[in-house]
Amino acid sequence: MDAANILPIDVAGAIIALLVGLGLLGLVLQCLPQVICNVIFPLSAFASLGLALTGLWALGAIPDIAVLPLGLPGLPLHLRLDPLSGFFLILLGGASFGVSLYAAGYFKTMAGKVSGLLCLEYHIFLASMAMVLLADDAYLFMVAWETMALSSYFLVTTDHNIPDIRKAGFLYLLMAHVGAIAILLSFGVMQGGHALSAYTFDAMRASHPTPFWSSVAFLLALFGFGAKAGVVPMHMWLPEAHPAAPSPVSALMSGVMLKTAIYGILRMTFDLLHAQIWWWGVLTLTLGLLTAVFGVMFAAVQEDMKRLLAYSSIENIGLLLVGIGLTIIFHVYGKDALAALSLTATLYHSLNHASFKSLLFVGTGSILHATGKRDMGRMGGLIRSMPWVAALMLVGVLAISGLPPLNGFVSEWLLLQAFLLSPGLPNSYINMLVPVAAAVIALAAALAAYVMVKFYGVIFLGQSRGEVMEAAHDEHAHDAGFWERTGMGWLALLCVLLGLAPVFVVQQIDHVTQRLLGTHLGNAATGWMLLAPVDTERASYSPVYFLLAVLGVMLATAWVVHHYYHGRLRRGPAWDCGFPAQNARMQDTAEGFGQPIRRIFEPFFKIESDVPTPFDTHPEYHGRSEDRLWYLLYLPIKRLTEKLASWVSLLQHGHIHLYLAYTFVTLIVLLVFV
Amino acid sequence: MIINAVQIPAVVFQLTQLLLVVLAAPLLTGWVNQCQAWLQNRSGAGVLQPYRVLHKLFLKDAVIAYNASWLFRVTPYVVFGCMWLAATIIPIIAVDLPFSRAADVIALVGVFALARMFGALAAMDIGTAFGTMGARREMMVSFLAEPALLMVLFTASMLSHSTQLPYIVSAFSRHQFMLYPSLAFAALAFLIVLLAENARIPVDNPNTHLELTMIHEAMILEYSARHLALIEWASSLKLFAYFSIGIALFLPYGIAEVGHWSALPLSILLLLFKLALAGVGLALFEALSAKMRIFRAPEFLGTAFLLAVLGLLIHFLLSA
Repeated sequence: MDAANILPIDVAGAIIALLVGLGLLGLVLQCLPQVICNVIFPLSAFASLGLALTGLWALGAIPDIAVLPLGLPGLPLHLRLDPLSGFFLILLGGASFGVSLYAAGYFKTMAGKVSGLLCLEYHIFLASMAMVLLADDAYLFMVAWETMALSSYFLVTTDHNIPDIRKAGFLYLLMAHVGAIAILLSFGVMQGGHALSAYTFDAMRASHPTPFWSSVAFLLALFGFGAKAGVVPMHMWLPEAHPAAPSPVSALMSGVMLKTAIYGILRMTFDLLHAQIWWWGVLTLTLGLLTAVFGVMFAAVQEDMKRLLAYSSIENIGLLLVGIGLTIIFHVYGKDALAALSLTATLYHSLNHASFKSLLFVGTGSILHATGKRDMGRMGGLIRSMPWVAALMLVGVLAISGLPPLNGFVSEWLLLQAFLLSPGLPNSYINMLVPVAAAVIALAAALAAYVMVKFYGVIFLGQSRGEVMEAAHDEHAHDAGFWERTGMGWLALLCVLLGLAPVFVVQQIDHVTQRLLGTHLGNAATGWMLLAPVDTERASYSPVYFLLAVLGVMLATAWVVHHYYHGRLRRGPAWDCGFPAQNARMQDTAEGFGQPIRRIFEPFFKIESDVPTPFDTHPEYHGRSEDRLWYLLYLPIKRLTEKLASWVSLLQHGHIHLYLAYTFVTLIVLLVFV
Repeated sequence: MIINAVQIPAVVFQLTQLLLVVLAAPLLTGWVNQCQAWLQNRSGAGVLQPYRVLHKLFLKDAVIAYNASWLFRVTPYVVFGCMWLAATIIPIIAVDLPFSRAADVIALVGVFALARMFGALAAMDIGTAFGTMGARREMMVSFLAEPALLMVLFTASMLSHSTQLPYIVSAFSRHQFMLYPSLAFAALAFLIVLLAENARIPVDNPNTHLELTMIHEAMILEYSARHLALIEWASSLKLFAYFSIGIALFLPYGIAEVGHWSALPLSILLLLFKLALAGVGLALFEALSAKMRIFRAPEFLGTAFLLAVLGLLIHFLLSA
């Protein structure tokens, strides 16, 4: 093959092979942890970056197809790289570039734990996620999907000698498989019982099942991918598994793996099933709203920093589902410009979430290494001992709170614009749902800011809490190393760039919307500075001017104040209304900061709290807010399963003659009836 | 924001407003305080008192806690910059403001949120009991007030088919005294949000230093001298911005249209009149109501949120 004929898909395939190769190399070199950290992880980071560039290349190109001489007889493996896959490859590569760079530093400081096996699992995980995006037949898709689930399960249970982590891993594996079965069934329904070759996505695209069977396939897919994405009520594994994994893995799972589920929903709904029925959109929208509010509410009452982020991921998945739901509704009613707008918002938000959530998750890794704690209530004041991590995390925190001029704001802005443009749908019930949905989105966004103030404030600001922490502080609390800083720096840079150049990003996303919906947003001919999705009279936003204005005003103020007055500054003890004997325990803990939310939304939580008596000289307050769904939904299902299993076990006695009798009876019954 | 589309008058309007706002904001605060004093049968310190306070604060040496980080020192400038920007993008004297195109109503809410976030983080920075309490309460009030404000602005955007403030205002100012039912709900919700976000009675009390009831004051306890001056000034600007939003959405009549130089003096006079009236209204409302317990505040703000959503729903129902 000469150089001119190399297609993006060839490059992507080669990079995936390279990733697997790097993993195997890590296994071989497992007695040389220095090499694994200093060579293999940085190399794999650049491989990921290559993947992102390939994705960018594929966006503008026509879809490439490759058929590998592997697979089932009659169903070789089909690969396809179209703009949708390309977009998610960019997401995967962009986020994992930062995460892998970070991992190079993180696994080095994870004393004695870095093993070749971990390296292999990590790279298989990356490669399988890329494979999910490239798969063009149900068989390859399921194989990649399951590889992804298994490799991430092994990564989650890296610290498998801790019972809680084993439990979290099991729950994750269980939910992953329940979801995978649903996805498999969905493929089965779409395939429609034809020949084996009908399992290719091409055949599914061409077949048009009846509305009933389409709906069945859609519901199964929504359930299956929803279980992976953490859609309420299938979210239960997410706040258990994400904190259990090592931080770079949590970052990949939250930032990237959840997006493969979003990719799956988009692929199924728009590409394979052609999004035809309005109530699909309403269902997705409603589920998304529930998930968003539920996730952010629970995030507000968490004490474990990684659990807090996991719940915040649930919220963001909710927002993405809202976007998808809105897109389906608009698409069904033929309002394709609006569908393109909301799909753009959805894709943009996926990209944003991948960048800031990865940043925050890897940041917690550095904190964990510095303090050895996950409970925020035992931290505080880390901005002084870890200035780099604190500064980079501040970018992530501001971005995830949806504040201009960073990236979280852009996607939120686009989504709200989609809501604002929506009146005039032919269905009056949907017309009433839309403003309520916009209100719920606004509420979730405002609550997210609350959660992030809590997250950042309790961890980084104030005085350090607790004696354990004091001791640990001097010896261990150190800033992130070179690789960790570089990785986090890249992710923070992504947050800033995605926020400042929305026009460029939207132009790239246009390729995807054009492919899926047959129309694209465009930008109303305003140049690269001004984002105006519909026309400039309706709405426009320019983050660059915004940033310049804020900075200009700030600097001018600072200059005037220092020039005309003075810059004198003294340090003194904190005033605090003159109260003497202030100590670190008088600050809000994580529980304390979440208390208003717990009180306002009391019915949604299952709260247990021990309040100390007034005579207690060392009072400790404990409040646990649990998820009612665990008791109302999961435990009944578990009990039912156990009961069924115990009935089945009645057949099992272990006596050979009994089994012979079963065989005999079956034979007789078959002879009689057949 | 495209260079060729920006006319000189528009830039002049924008700069006029930029200066007018930052200079007039303390006057508004002084006026509200003076009205309160009159209502309480005091003679009051005069409308110029806030300027004297600011001048005094700028002259003092700043004292900050030993453990204050860079975040604590940067915050006053961020908050001041955000509030100044917010007050600048709302069309109050002229419709034609070039910078409004860079930031629409959603970005306006974002600017307020940015300032609030920095304020809350800085309050937690020293690690005192009151600071964190203030930050927590501020976030509690705002997570209901912010969506309510957004819904109010959405109602206006729906009616005028734009999220750009200049277009909203010029659409409203042309429809002389036309009553929209959805806008009535929005106005009511907006009043509640205005009280809550500006730390006024009944949600908070700007004059309190009674520790257990304060919200905003608790957050800024550790600030002194120039930092405190900037934050106080920013609070004045915020009040000014909220009054401006109210005027722009609900009473835009008399605003100068695009390129109308001659209308400018009249529109400034009208604006001063409206602001003075709004100040009297605020002082009167505060005199007549009592501060509520902290956990009544979410119910109060929840009402605002529901009213705003109702306004939006009514718009959808009437237009469908």
